Amino acid sequence: MIRFAGQGLACRRGERLVFARLDFSLEPGDALVLTGRNGSGKTSLLRLAAGLTPPAAGRLAWHDGPVADEPQRHRSRLHYVGHLDAVKPALTAIENLQGWASLRGGDGTRAHRALDAFGLGALADAPARYLSAGQRRRLALCRLLASEAALWLLDEPTVALDRESVAAVHEVLARHRDAGGMAMIATNVDLAIGGVRTLALAGFTPAEVDDTALAS
Amino acid sequence: MTGLLAVIRRELQLALRQAGDSAVVVLFFVLATVLFPFGVGPEPNMLARIAAGVLWVAALLAAMLSFERLFQPDYEDGGLEQLALAPLPLEAVVLAKSCAHWLVTGLPLIVAAPVLGILLNLPAAGFASLLATMALGTPTISLIGAVGAALTLGARRGGVLLSLLVLPLVVPVLIFGAAGIDAAVAGMAVRPHLAMLGGLLLGALVLCPWAGAAALRQALE
Repeated sequence: MIRFAGQGLACRRGERLVFARLDFSLEPGDALVLTGRNGSGKTSLLRLAAGLTPPAAGRLAWHDGPVADEPQRHRSRLHYVGHLDAVKPALTAIENLQGWASLRGGDGTRAHRALDAFGLGALADAPARYLSAGQRRRLALCRLLASEAALWLLDEPTVALDRESVAAVHEVLARHRDAGGMAMIATNVDLAIGGVRTLALAGFTPAEVDDTALAS
Repeated sequence: MTGLLAVIRRELQLALRQAGDSAVVVLFFVLATVLFPFGVGPEPNMLARIAAGVLWVAALLAAMLSFERLFQPDYEDGGLEQLALAPLPLEAVVLAKSCAHWLVTGLPLIVAAPVLGILLNLPAAGFASLLATMALGTPTISLIGAVGAALTLGARRGGVLLSLLVLPLVVPVLIFGAAGIDAAVAGMAVRPHLAMLGGLLLGALVLCPWAGAAALRQALE
């Protein structure tokens, strides 16, 4: 069975240890919500899980092998939607989306359906420079649907979104989990989705972890 | 391979929408070259003597203008994260970006060079060599420039730093590029110079994607 887990993870930003001895594991249908105050390491953990930053300690692994052994396979299994939308103002909405999807083997019809799912269907051919902050955010979220990936890493996915779009995010997430997908979501907003597990990052700050965490 | 082509296609699409960026590079090349007859005087023999060097130096300086925009926009809007997370090696991303950069700046420079050669009274025997050295030298410049652009990501006044970093590294290309044209004009063998430029290109093809990818990883952390 598909499984993605992190063991004994530690993250260092500059001189500061953000968190240490952090474990998590995800199975099909799981959604793990990361909570914690600003600077508690929610984004750091997501970037670490994506493989953008190497962990200071610990390891990440899929059911069939550690991430470090096959980083490319890991990347093909995940979608990461971070704070930045990766939207090019010079291209139209659909061109933006297809550009990213074609890197991951997504096709044109999927991209159009993704735009429809987030209510951007009518704006497909509009240059992205005319999109509002919320619409850009939705365009970034469309990447989740434009190509297949088992693991979704979402950083504050509902920021800047209106109520209808938040509902669309919840629906898309529910469908992803029903289909056996996994998600890690960093958020300070209560998400109206059922059956989530919560990981409070406050429990892993170095003040709570004894000094041996550094050595181990 | 499909990933590589997808990155190149996206870069070309963006370049076409922002054609001004490439046009500025070519216009700078033209302007910098045109300044020389004003500076050194319009004496035809003098111009013919310095033409090869002037064309190559101006082309190098023009190319420097374009490198700052190679990774910076992607770095700022999150596109670089997405490229780094795409299921292809980051080395391939750097190679694709360099290829696209050459297509939108190197190629126009090659096209403009013969026209400027006429302006500088470059002897007829030098034109074939001008095109050949440019064709072999400009891809090397794109590759080395990509490493410089990746290294200076996030730095303040990155453009100036980038030129300081890249220009010394492309001196071999300048030497053999200009010398190749001069050799053709003097009726000597051009082939050794082209062989050197080819060797530099092959070396850059192997080393630069790797070095650029390492620099990008550093910038993303």
